[in-house]
Amino acid sequence: MTGISTDVLLDIHRRMVRIRTFEEEAGKLMESGKIPGALHLYVGEEAVAAGVMVHLRDTDQITSTHRGHGHLVAKGGDLKRMYAELFGRATGYCKGKGGSMHVSDLDLGMLGANGIVGAGPPIAIGAAFSNKYRGTDDVTCCFFGDGASNEGTFHEAANMAALYKLPVIFICENNGFGEFTRQERHQAIHDIADRAAGYGMPGVVVDGMDALAVYESAGEAIARARRGDGPTFLEYKTYRYFDHVGVRGMGVIYREDSEVLEWRQRDPINLMEARLAEQGLLSPEGAAEVHEAALADVREAIAFAEASPFPEPSALMEDIYTLTASAGGGA
Amino acid sequence: MAEMRMRDALREALREEMLRDETIFLMGEDIGLYGGSYAVTKGLLEEFGEARVIDTPIAESGIVGAGIGAAMGGLHPMVELMTINFSFLALDQIVNSAAKLHHMSNGQIHVPMVIRMASGGGSQLAATHSHSLEGMYAHFPGLKVVCPSNAADAKGLLKRAFRDQNTVIFIEHTANYAIKGEVPDDPDFLIEFGVANILREGTDVTIVGYGGSVHQATRAAALLEEQEEISAEVIDLRTLQPLDMDTVIASVKKTNRCVIVEDAWRFGGFGGELASQVMERAFDWLDAPVARVACKDVPLPYNRNLEFAALPSEEDVVDAVLGMFKE
Ligand SMILES: Cc1ncc(C[n+]2csc(CCOP(=O)(O)OP(=O)(O)O)c2C)c(N)n1
Ligand SMILES: [Mg+2]
Repeated sequence: MTGISTDVLLDIHRRMVRIRTFEEEAGKLMESGKIPGALHLYVGEEAVAAGVMVHLRDTDQITSTHRGHGHLVAKGGDLKRMYAELFGRATGYCKGKGGSMHVSDLDLGMLGANGIVGAGPPIAIGAAFSNKYRGTDDVTCCFFGDGASNEGTFHEAANMAALYKLPVIFICENNGFGEFTRQERHQAIHDIADRAAGYGMPGVVVDGMDALAVYESAGEAIARARRGDGPTFLEYKTYRYFDHVGVRGMGVIYREDSEVLEWRQRDPINLMEARLAEQGLLSPEGAAEVHEAALADVREAIAFAEASPFPEPSALMEDIYTLTASAGGGA
Repeated sequence: MAEMRMRDALREALREEMLRDETIFLMGEDIGLYGGSYAVTKGLLEEFGEARVIDTPIAESGIVGAGIGAAMGGLHPMVELMTINFSFLALDQIVNSAAKLHHMSNGQIHVPMVIRMASGGGSQLAATHSHSLEGMYAHFPGLKVVCPSNAADAKGLLKRAFRDQNTVIFIEHTANYAIKGEVPDDPDFLIEFGVANILREGTDVTIVGYGGSVHQATRAAALLEEQEEISAEVIDLRTLQPLDMDTVIASVKKTNRCVIVEDAWRFGGFGGELASQVMERAFDWLDAPVARVACKDVPLPYNRNLEFAALPSEEDVVDAVLGMFKE
């Protein structure tokens, strides 16, 4: 942990705890039928979002996935507007029109969760292109899964990113499954980062349960992109504790409970707390306070969402086309 | 005959066809070990083995393209695309190759393939996950488009799809999977393409639907009978390509009124094609302009109230019919 400031360490920890709390409570609400639709929860993978996002500014963009709550929470998303969106309320990020799979927050550079697997990478390189074109040193982090790494869209985007030396970081969250299909049943390689070489960019395999390893690897890749040295492919080995959709993650046909328990042994939050305690940076009481604060924020967000109105019927036909005039004067 | 849900009838059809024809194999995301997102292929991996039931990567374009090549190589693939929403990623292979190769090659190439996908909104999955594209696929010459509304039809049509040397787009509305019905167990039970089904006879108005919208149509017909003493004839098209327009025209000539119901967007929708053909062939018999009930022209929102306001309901169908009897 040498070289990483205490503030940053505590910040990463806090972000992870906020994600977990957000997701666990959302899962309960989905199970009890209060939140409709399909929630793809991020529990188990918190170190990735937190370790990457702590490097980013509001003007840096991210593209997210169907499993996107964790990304937005870590990027500083407003929990109230997030929960309101999950509840389909007018106060939600998308006025209840997008739901869990389509939350976005342009003020934070969150270009959107996306219900379509593999839709993010091409969008990410375009955002990176805009940064380069406008001469900023902002970067774009593109989150996607092991499953998505098999979509043509990823390969097209990776090639272009390296070709044009775009300030983009491909962040592959390898949780071992695409839905219910195990990685070895959907691709012949073990390390997805091997693919980076084929496009002419560095590929790095990292322990995605170790927030510090995530922090360091992401830091290097992001610095490289900011310098104008082009894209990096980061593969984070991680695991989703819950089911593909919803909460139940054990007693399922596609994996053994023992595997889940094994991964849980290396829980990213526990790991971080143990290290912080070892260094004398966070006591068990201090950690408990972080958890309590997160729970208080999440509860407040849920109460806000539940008290919020549903969108007016008139909202249905709004926002299909923008009414904003373009710079050129057209509509 | 046995009572079963549509998903089970589809599985029966796949099983029977695989037993009949060794060139048939299944390919798709999570169709093997997991048994399919809608449990249609459950048990088939165990029964037919890995050689014939293949779990694929998430790679829609690759899967469909592989299906085309396998079909050209003498096999009869069934490709499952999970949901119709993901078929956009395979659209080039479907439209530029599967649909066109036969004609472009002067009839040398055949692409006998069945592409199955679930469709429809109403589950609060928001805009990317709620498409109804039956009409879009029917727009492309060279594809056959099938959309069953019940268990027996699902079985007879899916079995029929494997007797076809063309690519068949087989679209299953998610709301129909759980609907139960009596299904014949005769292994030769087939339903011919291009034969609409008159679900309910009537004399005052013809209501035409397909896939999911058949159910709004039949519920509306029941309401019209009970509450308004209007006798509605309900026609389930069953296949959009080929299209059994003769049955629709004969009905409209009898009832003199026609309402078209579909889950898809109204603008540029398949209902416009139907309305146009009714106009061309039965103009002099019409007592009112053809009415269309369809999805509002908006990406389907997540919020339940908004989503249901966008989708066509049986009340919308009733209103459309009543509108024809005014003045
Ligand atoms: C184009 C497309 N195909 C299929 C799906 C259905 N689907 C949703 S999530 C998913 C698995 C994605 O796996 P991965 O990329 O590894 O992400 P994870 O869910 O593991 O986070 C699939 C197949 C989809 N949403 N979009
Ligand atoms: Mg995965």
